[in-house]
Amino acid sequence: MSLPLRAQLLSAFDPKVLRDEFAILARDVYGRPLVYLDNAASAQKPRAVLQSMAEFAANEYANVHRGVHYLSAKATARYEAARRTVKDFVNAKHSGEIVFTKNGTEAINLVAASFLAPRLESGDEIVLTAMEHHSNIVPWHFLRERQGAVLKWVDVHDDGSLDAEAIGAAIGPRTKFVAVSHMSNVLGTIAPLKEIAALAHGRGVPVLADGCQGAVHEVVDVQDLDVDFYVLTGHKLYGPTGIGVLYGKNTHLGAMRPFNGGGEMIAEVSRGRVTYAEPPARFEAGTPPIIEAIGLAAALDWLSSQDRDAVAAHEYALLEQATQELEKLNWVRIIGNAPHKGAILSFETHGMHAHDVATILDREGVAVRAGHHCAQPLMERFGVTSTTRASFALYNTHDEVETLVVALRTARGILG
Amino acid sequence: MDDSLRELYQEVILDHSRHPRHFGALEGATHRGEGYNPLCGDRITVYLNVDLNGRIAEVSFEGRGCAISQASASLMTEMIQGRSIAEAEAVMGGFVHLVKGEDANGLTPDDRERLDVMAGVSAFPMRVKCATLAWHTMKSALEGGQSAKTE
Repeated sequence: MSLPLRAQLLSAFDPKVLRDEFAILARDVYGRPLVYLDNAASAQKPRAVLQSMAEFAANEYANVHRGVHYLSAKATARYEAARRTVKDFVNAKHSGEIVFTKNGTEAINLVAASFLAPRLESGDEIVLTAMEHHSNIVPWHFLRERQGAVLKWVDVHDDGSLDAEAIGAAIGPRTKFVAVSHMSNVLGTIAPLKEIAALAHGRGVPVLADGCQGAVHEVVDVQDLDVDFYVLTGHKLYGPTGIGVLYGKNTHLGAMRPFNGGGEMIAEVSRGRVTYAEPPARFEAGTPPIIEAIGLAAALDWLSSQDRDAVAAHEYALLEQATQELEKLNWVRIIGNAPHKGAILSFETHGMHAHDVATILDREGVAVRAGHHCAQPLMERFGVTSTTRASFALYNTHDEVETLVVALRTARGILG
Repeated sequence: MDDSLRELYQEVILDHSRHPRHFGALEGATHRGEGYNPLCGDRITVYLNVDLNGRIAEVSFEGRGCAISQASASLMTEMIQGRSIAEAEAVMGGFVHLVKGEDANGLTPDDRERLDVMAGVSAFPMRVKCATLAWHTMKSALEGGQSAKTE
């Protein structure tokens, strides 16, 4: 983005106005104003989301796809409208390519169990990157343990960047799948998904992108990216917990066996046989997260109503400010400096453990994450057991970044 | 600064964490336990040398961790060295109560006083596991060396 364009976008965006829509941001902790910088773990929810869920539950709620009564029809219409909202948000071709799950983790497990497991023979390979979250590692480990799959790991550079070519080079004749994070929850690195998908497809290998972080900061177009599967989670997208999304190309979904068995996912059940519904119902066994789907749609509508270029410019400006301030501290090492990265800042503090730092920051009102961030292979890659992570959302301010830096100095004063 | 922070990170604690006592592997240890905190990925190994009378003649630990876990481990080695297994376990029981902010009356007044530096942990419920890791590891070492987890 050019500098004048960025300046123009920034002047058009005022997080302070937006903050009024998040009641929780006005609260204090330990008598200090809350500075919420743990957005990559879970984002706060705007009033529009909370209200939509409460109003739906109060006025239109019933189970979906089951009753013939008025409310069931109403609720079904709202639930399916939510699916269309998600379809538009990721620019899928058809609503039938959108499967509601309970979270991003379940969506990845679904692909592992229903897409890859039946196609996999012992010795077949799954290509992963060093920057995956455990949710995009463990389901593939299951296939290693149970079916003899081989996990091939693609490393990131020292600055945290990831090359599409390195993934291309890791794909061999026995590679059956590529699973890659759209955006690292530790490094902030944004993967070159489009190139990765093109390279993999050139070798006939499908690609899953874990978009739990990426979809928050980037505008997602699954048709343009041409990934085979894309995974979202509601609660990081300013929506509720308890709902995630699997996008899958309908040629894949149509050819996949069911995941969980139960009501709603069948065509017909008798004592001797069962036939299955078409996607997406085939993968939505049991009563789905109905109220959460309404909340997710409200969150996506809300986010889409923002100027997303201006949001991206604001988040980037926060990241840049925090990066510059932390680079001045010679006892801080930032982990993840990829040229293309989102608003996540992980760092190691010399002589101070991340949990001690986070405890002191907390008492200063600053909520950050400390630990391995469910990315232990990445921690090992960078020779640390844990880091402190500040992750920014559209409602964060430059004053809050200042508070973070002051609180870090306080921690240094106590522990250093 | 917050009073509870001042108590948590008081000088004695920071001193123990910066200069841990009995740090390193123990040659010829009779017992050894591995501890792991899945929350932060920290690991600790506790070594014990229990003599024929059931007395902990020597104790040491190694590993990396936060100031609380390192200080607690260091303090533990000072507290249990020379004690019987039963005494060490009794001290541990009282310590766990103490850091959870519960009644630690099982401790002798002298032990209670020596452990008092860790009492501030009780104001930080998220950090109790850091404080107890070494102690659980010590117990698992005595029980045959299975690994201890804080969860």
